[in-house]
Amino acid sequence: MNKIPAAQLAAWLVALSLIAMGLGLMTGSLGWEWGVFWSDPIVQDIRLPRTLGAWLAGALLGLAGALAQGLFRNPLADPYLLGSASGASLGVAIALSLGIWGSASFADMSEAMQWAMRLGLTGMAFVGAWAAVLLTLLLAKGVEHTLRLLLAGVVVGVVLGAITSLLTLISPQTLPAMQSFLLGNTSMLSGQACVLMAVVLLFCAGLSWVFSPLLDGLRLGESTAQSLGLRVLPLRIVLLAVMGLATATAVAQTGLIAFVGLVAPHLVRARFTGRSASLLVLSSLMGGVLLTTADVLARGLWAPQELPVGVLTGVLGGGYLLWRIHSSQIAGSSS
Amino acid sequence: MKALPKLGGLDDTQLEALVRLKPDVVLLAKSARIIARLEGLGIPVLALEPQTPADVKRVLQTVAIVLQLPDAQAQAEQVWQGIQLQVGQAQSRIPLQAINASVYFEASTGGYAAGEVSFIGDILRQLGLKNIVPKDMGAFPQLNPEFVVRANPQLIVLAQPMATNLAQRPGWSGIAAIKNKRVCVFPFGQADILVRPGPRLGEAAQLISDCVLRSFAP
Repeated sequence: MNKIPAAQLAAWLVALSLIAMGLGLMTGSLGWEWGVFWSDPIVQDIRLPRTLGAWLAGALLGLAGALAQGLFRNPLADPYLLGSASGASLGVAIALSLGIWGSASFADMSEAMQWAMRLGLTGMAFVGAWAAVLLTLLLAKGVEHTLRLLLAGVVVGVVLGAITSLLTLISPQTLPAMQSFLLGNTSMLSGQACVLMAVVLLFCAGLSWVFSPLLDGLRLGESTAQSLGLRVLPLRIVLLAVMGLATATAVAQTGLIAFVGLVAPHLVRARFTGRSASLLVLSSLMGGVLLTTADVLARGLWAPQELPVGVLTGVLGGGYLLWRIHSSQIAGSSS
Repeated sequence: MKALPKLGGLDDTQLEALVRLKPDVVLLAKSARIIARLEGLGIPVLALEPQTPADVKRVLQTVAIVLQLPDAQAQAEQVWQGIQLQVGQAQSRIPLQAINASVYFEASTGGYAAGEVSFIGDILRQLGLKNIVPKDMGAFPQLNPEFVVRANPQLIVLAQPMATNLAQRPGWSGIAAIKNKRVCVFPFGQADILVRPGPRLGEAAQLISDCVLRSFAP
């Protein structure tokens, strides 16, 4: 495929984002609606925040995915690599179980449990995601060794996943709610969630833009990056933190959305080669386009019922990767 | 019942302890993984999966027969009549202005509703309430949140863990049920009665009618 300049691709992606968001505003519980009125409280309170929110969450995941693939120099890396997904699930499982025990009596609970109740599902997912990343870093004894980080991430994922399963087995009433979190859900996004995600996105994108020369250096190998005068260790810590923050924020608001973080950077690299800074921003835009489109399909295909958005991103993303593998564009090159 | 030995839950049954008790028959749900194992050990099993009130009636009869009650049919019929009586009483207590009121029953987080064809939907219908989720959408569909706001239900029923900050849900502050404070929140113990098709469906009907009575009180 022909490569195109960053600015041109960015313009395309912004245009696609606007189209997808426009469609998002027109997809309601009755299917497509051509006349959309701003004064309609349903559009203001529900459709606008969820459309914007889906874009922002997708953008966060796209950014985190590009960071992960750059930092680990691995085209299969995704934002959930360091255990944030399983940590967030565990947080949600704890919050849900406490919700069930807690409806008996709030006062009898220990301080930690009361604290967890106040945080709510979103807060607990965020805390869980962060705790899991920290645990991974701890187990890997720092960030120097890529392989050790990856393995520690796998270990944390498996162990926290097992605890989550145990919790849901003990209180099976939490199962449907847990399922909805695991599949990802964009339908409950509020205006506040959008503001929060927008702030985090700007912050993360800014930081990763500034520190992206590390990723350019890492492409040539760790020792080359070092010899180029890059301070690999501190830069890596900053970028890992940015990746953790972006992932945790998106996951806390929308649940575990599959594949967006993995596929967005691949889609960008199919059309663009160049500096990491541009790649990061383009991946972010691409993530936004992908998740908004998936969200529109999720509520439009079967209105007024919804398909879980994660099912759509999984099917679309998996299909795309398969196609890329067969057209053998991925094989052999990781850039 | 409390004196009986406990053998674990639905999915973590303690097989050894169960076999040691040498049961004549094991009653369980159709989804139980332990069925094949028990059959292999030569223990008779009876899988029951009541989904509708009609199923509940049939299961009552089956259980009466399995328990070898004298005059099983009549005994089961008696229990069923008792349930019907409870439902009837519940229905008669629904105030006039609540008849045909539109109702949204949230079955679990993530926007899952109990539709007309669900077990809960059946109770709501018998009580004279009008479900906002029509038949063709199935038993427990995941709804677009807009659907609920647009349907503007006069009564909302849900379980405790989901009931925090309802008015803060996008668009919900304008829903009639929220404005008029006609929201039934059931703590988990009671929600358990509501969502499980079984001999307690009469109790479930009474729980809902109590709440309707409270929320529609002048």
